[in-house]
Amino acid sequence: MRVDQRLIAEMIAPRARVLDVGSGDGTLIDYLYRTRSCDARGIEIDMQNVTQSVAHGLPVMHGDADHDLADYPDGTFDYVVLQRTLQAVERPREVLRQMLRIGRYAIVSFPNFGHWRLRLQLLTTGRMPMTAVWSTPWYSTPNIHPCTIRDFLVLCEEEGYVVQQWLAIDEDGARAPWRRSIRLANLFGEQAMFLLRRAEP
Amino acid sequence: MDISALPIIADGPVHEHRTVRLEGGLDLECGVHLAPLEVAYCTYGTLSPARDNAILVCHALTGDQYLAEQHPLTGKPGWWNRMVGPGLPIDTDRYFVVCSNVLGGCMGTTGPRSICAETGKAWDSAFPPITMHDIVAAQARLIDHLGIDRLFAVIGGSMGGMQALTWAADFPDRVFAAMPIATSPFHSAQNIAFNEVSRQAIFADPDWHDGQYRDFDAIPARGLGVARMMAHITYLSEEALSRKFGRRIRHDAATAVPASSSPSLFGEMFEVESYLRHQGSSFVRRFDANSYLTITRAMDYFDLAAEHDGDLANPFRKSQTRFCVVSFSSDWLFPTSQSRLLVRALNRAGANVSFVEIESDRGHDAFLLEEPDFDRTIRGFINGAAEHAALLAGEG
Repeated sequence: MRVDQRLIAEMIAPRARVLDVGSGDGTLIDYLYRTRSCDARGIEIDMQNVTQSVAHGLPVMHGDADHDLADYPDGTFDYVVLQRTLQAVERPREVLRQMLRIGRYAIVSFPNFGHWRLRLQLLTTGRMPMTAVWSTPWYSTPNIHPCTIRDFLVLCEEEGYVVQQWLAIDEDGARAPWRRSIRLANLFGEQAMFLLRRAEP
Repeated sequence: MDISALPIIADGPVHEHRTVRLEGGLDLECGVHLAPLEVAYCTYGTLSPARDNAILVCHALTGDQYLAEQHPLTGKPGWWNRMVGPGLPIDTDRYFVVCSNVLGGCMGTTGPRSICAETGKAWDSAFPPITMHDIVAAQARLIDHLGIDRLFAVIGGSMGGMQALTWAADFPDRVFAAMPIATSPFHSAQNIAFNEVSRQAIFADPDWHDGQYRDFDAIPARGLGVARMMAHITYLSEEALSRKFGRRIRHDAATAVPASSSPSLFGEMFEVESYLRHQGSSFVRRFDANSYLTITRAMDYFDLAAEHDGDLANPFRKSQTRFCVVSFSSDWLFPTSQSRLLVRALNRAGANVSFVEIESDRGHDAFLLEEPDFDRTIRGFINGAAEHAALLAGEG
């Protein structure tokens, strides 16, 4: 399991109801089910991955974040997880709304477009940055909605979401030490991870 | 090769199906009380002492209970031989598998060929109309009789999938896991249309005799054969037909034009024609026309949402059943879009649902054929559900 998935798993209480949106090969839900007795389900867009997951006995359905969250009743889950996918969905704001409608908490991770290497490349070459994380050219990238950590925080504030916990991590998923400074995290964090909840009415 | 010229066995060779006779009978949705009720069935594997390892497999329109053994009439292997057995995806070393002939069928369960208690004569075309709920209620009587409170799983493809859904809707506490395959929560207008063509072919047969054909020692073989030929096309796909037959012409002694005859429009036969005629003629030897009409009508009536205030989520609210919905990419009779509708409704109900579309170019019938991804899906879902059931049992 990737280190960032382990960090996500640590945020999730045992026996919780979890929906992993973009569950990939099912690693996280398998882990949550086996080690935390969670009722963990997945939605995955890649049919190979779906078949693989179901063949391993995991409850995974073919679908995607943009179209398949709207069906669930309010509060169906304790946690709704979206790993490294927010930047690739059609309507990120709507997806977040749906996540926090159907779940008490949302756990969102995304690659940070504010990382210094991206800024430097854009500044020095004047072209769209290409890094290990942002590795596809602009015309074929699935990442149609890149954002920075600060962008995301602004959206959370606009939408009235409470940031319960956040951390910047490097590409390997190791926790990065800029927890007190958003400015530094936004410059040096390759990935960001947020635990959100709705503000109490 | 003419269907009506083929030797036809009107009632089939006498074969004793394994049958349970339930004197209490069954109240049908139409109001008729059907008594006694006979249900013919086959079982495989052993029921566990806790009676918690039973899987009910529901057959499709023209299937029957001979799931994993040689068919007594046709001599062919069971229709899901490759899926059900020791070590197979539906593993009879672990599970007790039950398959029963549907109500209205012609393989031993009460249907148009049965004797009506009131008249002392066969029901024939007077057999009451039945629904998917009646079919499932009859199965539930069998399951009661076998001493099983809760089925570990109900699995079925096509009309069998309609039964699996109906089980989950009508008996939510008795179904731990349900696997509706290549099916739909309602019978579409297109599918009703196809069924209607099938039925009209039967009605148009001079041997139909208003459904009382047995009184005339006849069967509407030509009509039923055409019905089957037409239906069979809907079970395949253009791609599968092209690959299997293409435009090849069949050259053999039986179909060759006799030397004396003048050139004729239908002197030659495409392989696909020959194949369909074979499908038609072999079908009429094992299937009863009144059963075909009764069961196709039950499919036409099927619409779970309509019965629940128009919302397909309603029958599944609070359902604890684990669902696995499977569709096939080239199935145009029960297309993926209809499975997706079902999945969305199950999500609205908050049910635990897996959903896989299997990539296949073989159309609706793919669920009966060799599809490795499908096999893995069935095996995985069953094993995953079993693990979950064991966990729950351990907690209880």
